[in-house]
Amino acid sequence: MVTQFWASTIDGLTVGSIYALVALGYTLVYGVLRLINFAHSEIFMIGTMATYFVITSLGLSAPVGGFALAGVLILCFVAAAAASGGSAVLLERIAYRPLRRRGASRLAALISAIGASLFLQELFALWLSRDPIGVARVMAKSNLLTIGSGTVRTDKLLVFVSAVLMMLLLDRFVSTTRLGRGIRATAQDPETAVLMGVDIDRIVFTTFLLGGIMAGAAGVLFVVFFEITQFTIGFLLGIKAFTAAVLGGIGNLRGALLGGLLLGLIENYGASALGSQWKDVIAFTILVLVLMFRPTGLLGEALARGKA
Amino acid sequence: MVAIVAGLALVAAACGGGGDDEGGGGNASGGTVKLGFFGALTGPNSPQLGINIRNGAKLAVDEFNKKGGTQIQLVEYDSQGDPAQAPQLAQKAVSDKVVGIIGPAYSGESKVAVPIFEEGKIPNVSASATAVTLAANNWQYWHRVVANDDAQAPADATYITKALKATNVAVIDDNSEYGKGLADGVRKALASQGAKVSANESIDPKASDYSSTVNAVKSSGATAVFYGGYYQDAAKLLKQLKDGGVSAKFVTGDGSLDQQLITLGGPAAEGAFATCPCLLATSSEEEPSKKFVTDYKASSNADPGTYSTEGYDAAQVFLKAIEAGKTTAEDINTFIKTVSFEGIAKPIKFQANGEIEGSTIFIYEMKGGKVTLVGPVDEVAK
Repeated sequence: MVTQFWASTIDGLTVGSIYALVALGYTLVYGVLRLINFAHSEIFMIGTMATYFVITSLGLSAPVGGFALAGVLILCFVAAAAASGGSAVLLERIAYRPLRRRGASRLAALISAIGASLFLQELFALWLSRDPIGVARVMAKSNLLTIGSGTVRTDKLLVFVSAVLMMLLLDRFVSTTRLGRGIRATAQDPETAVLMGVDIDRIVFTTFLLGGIMAGAAGVLFVVFFEITQFTIGFLLGIKAFTAAVLGGIGNLRGALLGGLLLGLIENYGASALGSQWKDVIAFTILVLVLMFRPTGLLGEALARGKA
Repeated sequence: MVAIVAGLALVAAACGGGGDDEGGGGNASGGTVKLGFFGALTGPNSPQLGINIRNGAKLAVDEFNKKGGTQIQLVEYDSQGDPAQAPQLAQKAVSDKVVGIIGPAYSGESKVAVPIFEEGKIPNVSASATAVTLAANNWQYWHRVVANDDAQAPADATYITKALKATNVAVIDDNSEYGKGLADGVRKALASQGAKVSANESIDPKASDYSSTVNAVKSSGATAVFYGGYYQDAAKLLKQLKDGGVSAKFVTGDGSLDQQLITLGGPAAEGAFATCPCLLATSSEEEPSKKFVTDYKASSNADPGTYSTEGYDAAQVFLKAIEAGKTTAEDINTFIKTVSFEGIAKPIKFQANGEIEGSTIFIYEMKGGKVTLVGPVDEVAK
């Protein structure tokens, strides 16, 4: 049935890593604020645009290797993290905080999120272009090793390893630092957290910042891997990432990683078995099935229960 | 109750749409006649093709207006190539009282917009919509100046089997009216020419990740890949195929014939082939084509692209009618049925069902970062 098992596995893990990084933003914000940040897909898009600007202004005519490559990637990451993190924080300040202050319903925040999403899309469409924007190649995509029908390529390895690394760092942060404890406390019970001396505004700021940084990292990896971006690039990926977050357990950081990787794998296995046109149908069918039998997702809503 | 109110609102909107009537069509010589361009000028559906047609049409209209007498106003209807936006835009064109439409540019939007033009009795000449099914609707006001995919698909298959000598082919489409139609035609033609179609895939032009398609093509061992779709997704697909280690030759159709296939695809686009029932003016050595290139460059500040000449010829169809004194939509349509003149690339004469007479398919190769003409398929693939 699944004819290209290893190829699908490798590709599924690669694209799943990008889903996972974006899913972290959704899951963090939901865990703390119970808000589905629809504009998170545009935060990711901003990350890709920042990467595009960095790569284009560096004027690379050929792929680089070694330390030069590391330098380029780090520069892109810093720019994207700053752009995405900054936009996420700004978004919170402008689109969500005023509603939170007035105790508005969650529906109002949701609508504000959708509006912000459309606004950001159109902003970039008008500023840059509606057409796809190609990006120069920065790393040589050489094959490292072959496993069965699949090939491990340098860029696929980069995406997977970077994503897992970022995830581990975030996990460390949330479980060991004071701010991390604050995040978990707010997710569990905001009112008691305030009584315990947690500064909610600071926590929300940190949550959005962290989610934004993860999306920025995802943006860099996306551009290095696909070498293309567009003002609508966040839309489809955002839906898939949100699905991954729900699949793994919304509000659960490890769930976001698991959900992302799993979604990538399921998509590719399904596509290999039935044809690429069934990719999305299969992914969402699996999501529905999982939610039917485990409504809180595979790993459950752990952030709120005090576990990362 | 709500349904009735909604229905009344719709009727009111449809009737009220003609409010900005400028008394355009129907004037004798010395007045202004409105022609419309209908197609993608912006948006995520490869708008360069629409832009090329519009620029070609604009050149023709400007040349006509310089001669004095009846003036033509070219109104632009930007559908973004989206069949969802097309119907209401077509309604607007009808209520704006244009006497002719150059377009619709794409087959998908033609399917939904032309019935509205039929109802509004507006003659329309498409410079680029090649889906075969369009001619089967018994439309009285629809025409096209390009050969349809019944000619293009077998030409693609012939080139793949005879020139590229491939017997194992993967055929991919983008699930659109045009792309799937063309790809299905190629599948049929390949089968009848004895080649094996070892992989059949459909991709989503909006998605970024085509890795499952790449894997399918790789494991099928195909030596040639045919893609039915537009240049934006063709470029993405081409890049991922080459990066995935697929060394098969890439052949595609007129929707992907554009310099942007090379700009977006990068080095991966080198060596790709594309067919077209159109002749790119920049690759022809004939006098009319060379003059067209010079005039087009002066008028639009860019080189002519795919379907620029066809856009010019489509506009000429209407201009010839207006020159002959026909200024109402109905008279123009009757005139079009018998029009016959030398277009830039080919003679323009229509069959009874609106199709153009005669059909040459040309094949192009992306070589050295440029689109270069290989020749007519029946000459280069024997």
